[in-house]
Amino acid sequence: MPIARAAVRRAVTRLGAVALAGALLAACGSGSSGNSAGGTDGGKVTLTVDLFGTFGYKEAGLYKEYEKLHPNITIKETTTENEADYWKALQTHLAGGGGLADVQGIEVGRIAAVTQQQADKFEDLNSLGASSLKADFSAAKWSAATASDGRTLGLGTDIGPEAMCFRSDLLKQAGLPTDRETLAKSWSTWDGYLALGKQYRAKAPAKSYWTDSVASLYSVMNGQQKERYYDASGKLIYASNPAVKTSWDTSVQAAQDGLSAKLAEWTPAWNQAFSSGSFATIACPAWMLGYIKGQAGATGKGKWDVATLPGGAGNWGGSYLSIPKGSAHAKEAFALIKWLTAKEQQAKLFKKQGSFPSNLGAIDAVKDVTDPYFSNAPIGQIFGAAAEQSPVQVLGVQDGDVNTQITNALGEVERKGVSSATAWSHAEAGVKNALG
Amino acid sequence: MTTLAVSRPRRGIAQTISPYSYVAPFFVLFAAFGLFPLIYTAYVSLYRVELQTPNAMEWRGFGNYTALFADDYFWTALRNTFTIGVISTVPQLLMALGLAHLLNYKLRGRTFFRVAMLLPYATSVAAATLVFAQLFGRDFGLINWLLSLIGVSPVDWQSGTWTSQIAVSTIVVWRWTGYNALIYLAGMQSIPADLYEAAELDGASRWKQFLHVTLPGLRPTVLFTVVVSTIGATQLFGEPLLFEGSITGGISHQYQTLGLYMYEQGWGYFHLGRAAAIAWVMFVLIVLLVVVNSAIARRRIRKEASAR
Repeated sequence: MPIARAAVRRAVTRLGAVALAGALLAACGSGSSGNSAGGTDGGKVTLTVDLFGTFGYKEAGLYKEYEKLHPNITIKETTTENEADYWKALQTHLAGGGGLADVQGIEVGRIAAVTQQQADKFEDLNSLGASSLKADFSAAKWSAATASDGRTLGLGTDIGPEAMCFRSDLLKQAGLPTDRETLAKSWSTWDGYLALGKQYRAKAPAKSYWTDSVASLYSVMNGQQKERYYDASGKLIYASNPAVKTSWDTSVQAAQDGLSAKLAEWTPAWNQAFSSGSFATIACPAWMLGYIKGQAGATGKGKWDVATLPGGAGNWGGSYLSIPKGSAHAKEAFALIKWLTAKEQQAKLFKKQGSFPSNLGAIDAVKDVTDPYFSNAPIGQIFGAAAEQSPVQVLGVQDGDVNTQITNALGEVERKGVSSATAWSHAEAGVKNALG
Repeated sequence: MTTLAVSRPRRGIAQTISPYSYVAPFFVLFAAFGLFPLIYTAYVSLYRVELQTPNAMEWRGFGNYTALFADDYFWTALRNTFTIGVISTVPQLLMALGLAHLLNYKLRGRTFFRVAMLLPYATSVAAATLVFAQLFGRDFGLINWLLSLIGVSPVDWQSGTWTSQIAVSTIVVWRWTGYNALIYLAGMQSIPADLYEAAELDGASRWKQFLHVTLPGLRPTVLFTVVVSTIGATQLFGEPLLFEGSITGGISHQYQTLGLYMYEQGWGYFHLGRAAAIAWVMFVLIVLLVVVNSAIARRRIRKEASAR
């Protein structure tokens, strides 16, 4: 009896959540499709994969390859450009229990929320046979997706070792060196990077700036820290963390020196600027390479280049593939994500798309990769060194929300000339409101 | 009496029920998708509920409401909703009235113009907003380019408070003017033609006819559009959300409306209890606005009746 009552209560809550979503969201339809409608008629299985940004599986032809290897499988991918939008939709689907794909991508900034708050909403991959894969991945990547009771909820895809991407044609126009070693040396510190930026602004065309936005500078600098917003015990420490303060101050400096094109990340204007030459450098985690290729297009080939990041190694982002509970094809979905995150596929993805592997075997295999799009830069070596040296970060449940509030406040400094102190107080108020 | 009662055929049970069964589908749907969510929302607004853990509800009483009234972001959103509502509704209805008046003349290709008026309304908010966001772009926007031709330096439409609100209002005006114009047009056509003929015989100009025949005849229609537009303005959501694609309504919340604030609380931060409280405050606000609107209208009608 108590079981039945609990089930009824759960059903009512779920109904309530759906109704609430309907009531509050009447004006806003979500575009994604229903729960893996494909079914298994005639042994055919349609696997749905729901991702954000550019994972690059489709672009690198991996789905086609998998379908050829497994003729009974068809793969359907949906993707949302902005991860924040994707996460919102995923949470709504999880609460309502509908609209989930067989495979859902999870950004590393959200993985703590999954392991700490929603472990019961995802399949334990160990029960599907993941435990034998543990040795293939770096310990940090594996443990971040494992809940305290040992359930592993995601298989690691890429990681985000950071570098600096730049347009050598624009640097040349402004009379700056274009050689990646020379640049890396002169911007070995962030101060050196800002100084070079001032030189660029002095000679560059009127509408060309040194960097795209101070928000991406800030994010990449934060990736160089071991602790950001939470400490290891899960306490919120962003306001007193000197590392956050340093990243903030340097970003404010860049904004006040007029080095930024003042573009908001993930907006159409930002996308457009990749090809228009509005900025000469952009801090780029490895996954950004695929994004740059997508936005700057074929005409950008050979103009872009990659150099070591100022101020040491860091990591920004990286993702996991998870299987939500309720997937009708959990077994097939696991076979797919196991294959997608295996050594060969991760290595191929890096060569074609730039997403840096989290699979140890793949990291070893891509040491000598160069990328013709990025002027044959030795990306295997640059990102490999960054991956090796970057700190293992402490992840917090609401890292993403804290980050959004701080980068919004930086936008006020950048776009409206608000003072650093006022903007910071806005950031603190925003964080309080968001976590409240 | 008795003869009448005898001659009238007796109404069967089926006949008594049938009207109810005809109207039932609406009320059943309304109860399921209107009333239940409304009541459930009120219930949720008394708890602390997070979308990630919807089964763990913590009683807060009116805590969500008192927190809301002490929340600067809420007041900012309320103010923004009001200002955006005024600068979009007022010009929209005035323009619609003017357009309807012009369309009411015997024009060549009238049908074409009438259909064309409705096209913006048929366009999806998302498509329209994306186009307008491009037009209002800071670096490559058409509007800044036009301004540069007359020597005005580029405006950062999205960052400023007024500029961003004007941009959002422009989208609203563009989408709804034609819709309201058609409603006015329908209202105008129900005004008897002999009133105009009589006015013309009395030597009233077109403008005088508009003031003294069209406007009084349109009063119920105007009231209807004012009420509908007020409700629409209070719930404004899609345009500000898509304008920059940010749930904060700009980096300083400068064009965040109540609807957007509710969405930010509910689906940005997953505080469902707080979002539900905002939803109820909006609901009460709309009911109040509608009551005030119709009270004003009724007073005017009474005043006129006594003046006659």
